[in-house]
Amino acid sequence: MTDTDRFTSEERRPSPEALLKEAGQAGRGRLKIFLGAAPGVGKTYEMLVQARRRKLDGVDVVIGVVETHGRVETDLLTKGLETVPKKRMPYKGRVLAEMDLDAILQRRPRLVLVDELAHDNAPGSRHPKRYLDVEELLSSGIDVYTTLNVQHVESLNDVVAQITKVRVRETVPDSILDRADDIELVDLTPEDLLQRLKDGKVYLPGAAERAAQNYFVPGNLAALRELALRRTAQRVDAQMVDYMRAHAIAGPWEASERLLVAVNARPGAAAAIRYARRLADRLRASWTAIHIETGTASEAERDRVAQALRLAERMGGVAATVPAASEAEGVLQFARANNVTHIVTMAGRGSRWLEFFRPSTAQEIIRQAGEMSVHVVPDRAGGKEIADKAVPVRSPLEPRAFLGSLVFSAAGLGVALLLRQTMAVSNVALVLLVAVLASAVAFGLWPSLFACLICALAYNFFFLPPLYTFTIAEPENVVTLLVFVLVAGIASNLTARVRMQAIVARQRAATTEDLYRFSRKLSGIATLDDLLWATAYQVAHMLHLHVVLLLPEQENLQVRAGYPPEDTLEEGDLAAAKWAFEHGQEAGRGADTLPGAKRLFLPMRTARGIVAIIGLDSQQDGALLTSDQRRLLDSLSDQTALAIERLHLAEEMDRARVAAETDKLRSALLTSISHDLRTPLASILGSASSLKQYRSQLSETDQGELLGTIQDEAERLNRFIANLLDMTRLESGALAPNLELIELGDVVGSVLRRASLQNHSVQLDLEPGLPMLRLDPVLFEQVLFNLIDNAVKYAPPGTVIALRARREGKVVEMSILDEGPGLPDEDRERIFDKFYRVRAGDRQRAGTGLGLAIARGFMEAMGGTVTAANRSDRSGAVFTLTLPMP
Amino acid sequence: MTPLRILIVDDEPPIRRFLRTALAAQDYRVEEAGDGEAALEFLKRNPVDLIILDLGLPGMDGLEVVRQLRAGGSATPIIILSSRDDEAGKVAALDLGADDYVSKPFGVEELSARVRAALRHRLQQEGEKPLFKSGDLSVDLVRRIVTAREQEVKLTPREYDLLRLFISHAGKVLTHNFILKEVWGGQSDVQYLRIYIRTLRQKLEADPQQPRLILTEQGVGYRLRAAD
Repeated sequence: MTDTDRFTSEERRPSPEALLKEAGQAGRGRLKIFLGAAPGVGKTYEMLVQARRRKLDGVDVVIGVVETHGRVETDLLTKGLETVPKKRMPYKGRVLAEMDLDAILQRRPRLVLVDELAHDNAPGSRHPKRYLDVEELLSSGIDVYTTLNVQHVESLNDVVAQITKVRVRETVPDSILDRADDIELVDLTPEDLLQRLKDGKVYLPGAAERAAQNYFVPGNLAALRELALRRTAQRVDAQMVDYMRAHAIAGPWEASERLLVAVNARPGAAAAIRYARRLADRLRASWTAIHIETGTASEAERDRVAQALRLAERMGGVAATVPAASEAEGVLQFARANNVTHIVTMAGRGSRWLEFFRPSTAQEIIRQAGEMSVHVVPDRAGGKEIADKAVPVRSPLEPRAFLGSLVFSAAGLGVALLLRQTMAVSNVALVLLVAVLASAVAFGLWPSLFACLICALAYNFFFLPPLYTFTIAEPENVVTLLVFVLVAGIASNLTARVRMQAIVARQRAATTEDLYRFSRKLSGIATLDDLLWATAYQVAHMLHLHVVLLLPEQENLQVRAGYPPEDTLEEGDLAAAKWAFEHGQEAGRGADTLPGAKRLFLPMRTARGIVAIIGLDSQQDGALLTSDQRRLLDSLSDQTALAIERLHLAEEMDRARVAAETDKLRSALLTSISHDLRTPLASILGSASSLKQYRSQLSETDQGELLGTIQDEAERLNRFIANLLDMTRLESGALAPNLELIELGDVVGSVLRRASLQNHSVQLDLEPGLPMLRLDPVLFEQVLFNLIDNAVKYAPPGTVIALRARREGKVVEMSILDEGPGLPDEDRERIFDKFYRVRAGDRQRAGTGLGLAIARGFMEAMGGTVTAANRSDRSGAVFTLTLPMP
Repeated sequence: MTPLRILIVDDEPPIRRFLRTALAAQDYRVEEAGDGEAALEFLKRNPVDLIILDLGLPGMDGLEVVRQLRAGGSATPIIILSSRDDEAGKVAALDLGADDYVSKPFGVEELSARVRAALRHRLQQEGEKPLFKSGDLSVDLVRRIVTAREQEVKLTPREYDLLRLFISHAGKVLTHNFILKEVWGGQSDVQYLRIYIRTLRQKLEADPQQPRLILTEQGVGYRLRAAD
């Protein structure tokens, strides 16, 4: 079946991914790569020639970095092109010059020339690799011309190393080639290149010179040239496919092929991934790198797996980790579930003899692959580069575990010796087998194998004639012993494996439980600080790392929580955190950007964007996170990000509620003003117009009454406006009390004159010998006036209003008591709110609703308080002022 | 002739005071009440010719007083005192059966005019004159001839019904709801009414942009200029 057959008409529409890819290019700079097969083919020269042409077209071209290596013709080409000076970076006593990324970003040319894409930047640069600099240039909309030798392409790295026997360390991921808008192959026949080499026209760095003899041979060059040509052709092909996808042209490109590469901790994993990537390219397949977790990997092995999976992700694959009993089983299950068509796996390294008994993963997969194609790649590091050669690290062998299995074996032996009295020798072996299995369950594989050895020896010593020697007399007993060892060995192996899986399952369950508890905890947290602290603690606790959490605050990132507690970050860390926040990508330790920072910073995001940055570090060197931990962190961060967003939303709702209350207050103010301003105005206007209209018909008395109304109501209006102004002063915080020493009696006298009570009598009871008080006389008089006014409003005519003052410890307490109905309990505090009035059920003239609020505001401004209560001796309200003594 | 009796219901003594003085000067006999309960109590025993009622009373509010009075079968004209911005309260009171309203603060002439209109309306209902005249407008209610500025005006039946309604309540404010109910049986909306008012104004007013006959009471309804 061909690919085209799989097509149905409804699939003939632009694929969303392709359109996205096209859209993603908008706003980005364009990347052109000058690809060469080997050094010396003239990439830089060609790049400069084309750049000059663009410059003649009026394009703003600058040189970011161009290595001419002193060659005259290349040098000449750089003349007339602006060069951004390199940045000098001190490093270990030397000064290294690197491309000045920030200067270029600031200069913002249309096109920048960046030579040698695969270059490694000096330590301390923002990015460790130059291609990452180029990425940043592109994403800020600047076009880039760059040069690259085919040997530096990640997926070709192995092949080139095989051909030339030289492995280069500096590589660029294939993805950057895929994303390039243009790749131009700078081609030169091997003969011409060799001639140039002879003429000294090819620059070779010191180290390479020695290798040059082996490197620059016609065979190698022809092979490299073919590679470069093929890579370019493949790229052109890919471009065409992209175009066809974006424009819904049916073609034989349906991604019906799916490729799966099994990754484990073996050193060949990287090579297998590179192979898978090349194969996937050729097949136009989507591909996944899968690691099957059988629960037996050591920490170092897990790190290597994580590294391999990250490599896969870098090369455009999808990485996954799946638990299963065996690698083959896991791979096949995943493959079947995901319609995989090709499986790439590594050949086993065990001997053929061993494989006969226990088939390698590859064999197992081949046997059960069914219709899937299986590609077996050799398990080899392929070159000298992978220096961190797999040092077999086993889980630490605990002496106690061996001691334990020794005890089990001894117990088994004891029981066996007892049973020997009544049983056949062959049955005794079963008792010893139990001891071995018990060791496997309790302590794992090695202790149980140890128990197996002990038991075999004991069996021989105690039960097989001749007794109490390690010799065996009868041949059949040799068989018995061998069978025993075999059975015990297999059984321990199986049991230990089951135990290991149980442990893994338990760990997973514990992690899940932790996550669940964490999410429950988050949902109960009401303040941001608690939430951040809980998160910092949880992450630190689960991942055994130091954690800081940063939140954006007014254009800046602020450390809001840390475990162990941390308040500030060094400059380098802060820069990395900022970069992570702005770009939404990880930065800092172990990342591609600013790896010099002490911590690794990761964005925490929700659908609405990045809400926080989490920073991690540990005291140990090496990778901070295994891929497992990374996933755990991801889910913790997701939960936290959501919780932060939830709190933000709650805050917004609070703000909305406050706004609504402000609105309510405003409408209360309007009602109050409308009533309190209009009523006196209505009386004034009505009286005045009556006087004007009907003066002739009105008696002297009537006229006098109308004039009296006008005066009274004008005064009422004046009081209300004064109240409003006082309130405004209080609200705006412009109130500065003018404190002076005053005699309480003085103020009381003047306020009583001003209040001119007509319908109530006043009872004064001021304790003799009260000290002078430090108060603002004007404000204090207003307080007293408002309280007395309030009493007059609510107490029926003819009752007594009492004013009392007593010295109470360090304060003077003054009370205003009335004989009115008293305060409803629920109103005790609210009466001090602005515009709040006790609902007047009788025909009381309602006040402005400001008097008591002003009294409280003034008292607080003067350092005193005012409270309200009901009288205990009779009905009526009592307002108590506490006045601080100087 | 016995003086007409007016009951003032307001909780603000200064307002009662000047109303009493001003109305007494026009030979009305003035009674006072400080809240709704007292007013209802007073009215049970003492019939009055007109009630001036504040909407914002403590305890039982003005609306409730109107409702109880009308529910009790009283037809005594009621003039509402209300704040200028309380359109809803005005409309509710008018719909409950109040006759007119004055917004605080107000001049005493305005109130006197409303009082006169309300009292006259009560008298008119008892014996309507066959010819209505107000400014440039005269309407022969028997022969159904409408004359504006000495020229006969042709009205559609619906327009005439509308004008007839205004005439029978001349000088009084009519709420949108009331007009719609009376002329259209409540089956229409305010927009419809506005269109009719506009055509009526175009046919009757000297300057339809500045109407002098059919006046708009913003947010409440319309008022036809009182008869001369």
